[in-house]
Amino acid sequence: MAGSTQTVELPNARRRRIWSRAGTTGRPPRERGDRRRSFILTLIAVLVLAAFLSPLLKSFTVAIKTSEQVTQPGSPLWPADPVTFAWQGEELPILLVPIDGTTRQLALLEPGRQQSTFIDPAAPDAPPITWQGAWRTLDHVWVFAPHWENFGKVWTLIDFPRLLFNTVAIAIIGTIGTLLSCTLVAYGFARFRFPGRGVLFTLLIATIFLPGAVTIIPTYTIFVKLGWVGTWLPLLVPAFFANAFDVFLMRQYFMTIPTEMDEAAAIDGAGPFRTLWSVLLPQAWPVVIAVAIFHLVYSWNDFFGPLIYLSTKPELQTLAIGLQRFNGIHYRDPGLIQAGTLMTLIIPVVAFLLTQRFFTRGLVVTGVEK
Amino acid sequence: MTASGAVRRRTGTRFSGLAWRRARWGYLFIAPWLIGFVLFTAFPMVATFVFTLTNINLAQETPLRFVGLENYQDMLNDKQAWAALGVTAKYALLALPVAVILPLLVALMLHSRHLRGAGAFRVLFFLPYVVPFIAGVLIWGSMLSSSTGWINAFLQGIGIAHPPAWLEDPAWIYQGLVIMGVWGIGAGVIVYLAGLKGIPSELYDAARIDGAGAWASTRHITIPMMSPVIFYTLVLGVVEVLQYFLVPLVLKNGTGEPGGSTLFFNLYIYQNFFTFQNMAYGATLAWVLFAISLVLTLLLFGLSRRWVYYAGEAR
Repeated sequence: MAGSTQTVELPNARRRRIWSRAGTTGRPPRERGDRRRSFILTLIAVLVLAAFLSPLLKSFTVAIKTSEQVTQPGSPLWPADPVTFAWQGEELPILLVPIDGTTRQLALLEPGRQQSTFIDPAAPDAPPITWQGAWRTLDHVWVFAPHWENFGKVWTLIDFPRLLFNTVAIAIIGTIGTLLSCTLVAYGFARFRFPGRGVLFTLLIATIFLPGAVTIIPTYTIFVKLGWVGTWLPLLVPAFFANAFDVFLMRQYFMTIPTEMDEAAAIDGAGPFRTLWSVLLPQAWPVVIAVAIFHLVYSWNDFFGPLIYLSTKPELQTLAIGLQRFNGIHYRDPGLIQAGTLMTLIIPVVAFLLTQRFFTRGLVVTGVEK
Repeated sequence: MTASGAVRRRTGTRFSGLAWRRARWGYLFIAPWLIGFVLFTAFPMVATFVFTLTNINLAQETPLRFVGLENYQDMLNDKQAWAALGVTAKYALLALPVAVILPLLVALMLHSRHLRGAGAFRVLFFLPYVVPFIAGVLIWGSMLSSSTGWINAFLQGIGIAHPPAWLEDPAWIYQGLVIMGVWGIGAGVIVYLAGLKGIPSELYDAARIDGAGAWASTRHITIPMMSPVIFYTLVLGVVEVLQYFLVPLVLKNGTGEPGGSTLFFNLYIYQNFFTFQNMAYGATLAWVLFAISLVLTLLLFGLSRRWVYYAGEAR
């Protein structure tokens, strides 16, 4: 469009169309008579998707297993407990024992390397059965038994409420800063002509491609000298100085809004701030939501920042860092680790599912990953 | 009067009083970014470069002095630095094609008119993208575990008796890391999908009338029309892959195990700065990384004229 003044127009950001109604162009109408192709393709997509998301299921099954089961070879994929048989005050494990060509479920009375004795739970008073062979080669009988207690254990062990509070607080303050600063900067680039605008906008976009390593050393050093390391400030303050992704996203949206209303407002005596507040922003709420969600998820998932700035202060850390610390301590207990992992990812995932339309459209406009 | 809708006049245009007042407002509004850019980007970049010419470090036991290009010479003679560069290059060669092509394939699948429920598929393929980084690493670590992981269980199920010990074997670690990375394709899929939707359907109609099959229209319409998006994904992919190090940092505690195979270049920078507290040398490595990614990006932009097709642009 004519308003895209100069420079690095990111390819394929077909703004207006994308925001107004996504997904209708370019798709030929569905023809009749190709049900079979539909079926096959949809089936393939389901299989690929199942493989793609299977790690989540794996994590979930581990989270609701006991650690004994996770470490036991030959145990089922689903959460289960070994079946036992109460006999004279003892819990005897029930094993699958091949005897005389059939497999019987027998309770292990006396384990041995060469031979073991079993009793039949169906007839406990009958004399014990002796079986030749190594009992360790026999499989257990399992019964489905999800263990939800891992989630509760993680809640207290990791001090989940504290980490959750820190994560939410940092995310919300950062989001406020991002919304404030990016709105102003995007408004400046979208609606005002000033010498050097083209160069500055190019510079803004170029920062997307800048490797973080080239700025981190002095930045970290300055934060050390300011005494900010070990506080939230290094994570919060930069958010108030805008960032290229969100500015680009908002500017593109502002430019799709006709300028006539700005001009009308100006004639009515509205200053630039008033025009932004009462003309542009009421029309721009989808992009405001998109930027807010972007920053919330970004902040929630940020790892490197909290890692370098909060490593000495457990009481100030976020979920991401808390989870890493937790993994360092409890790595021998996969059930706990995976429970903590799921508790960390559930909120951004739900937030995304609730707002996915804004989220994906925002992503399309920048054509950029955050 | 306003920027939008006005064709930009060349500099040299005289700004009237009113225009100057508008321009001042413009500077005022972009000030937050401009100040942030100077504080958090421009100044640190210059400082990093100045550091490379000195012997500065966090403890500074020896007096601070100017050392010229000594740090760069040290780097040239540093076997570890070259090895780390090799690690990054090896991983990049494996990861880049996947990062560019896999999202395209998924997007093509999701875009097909034969697919039912495309909207739901799109959401679900994107979903892992919002999973926190550390959660993704822990989940995939469990998935790729050589004893209890589902991937090896599956491989054994289809008859591979000795599947690789993905994350413990230097011969398989990069493949393992690439597999871990597939959860990051979401954004690429969404961007590609938008590109596919933007291709005018008349082009396909015309091709069909000319007797082109599915392959021919993919080859001669889809790919050229998608080339700007592919190019964009590639450039971002290069910049990202050169900086890759967080996964190995978490997975192997930054040790570079197994056998130095995960001592990525950026991890080496991180070690030099945060572990050895050698700012000058860390800064030197950082500038070298920056120079490499700048050269590669410029090279890609230069080559892009040969294969990237911008529809509707006179070139």
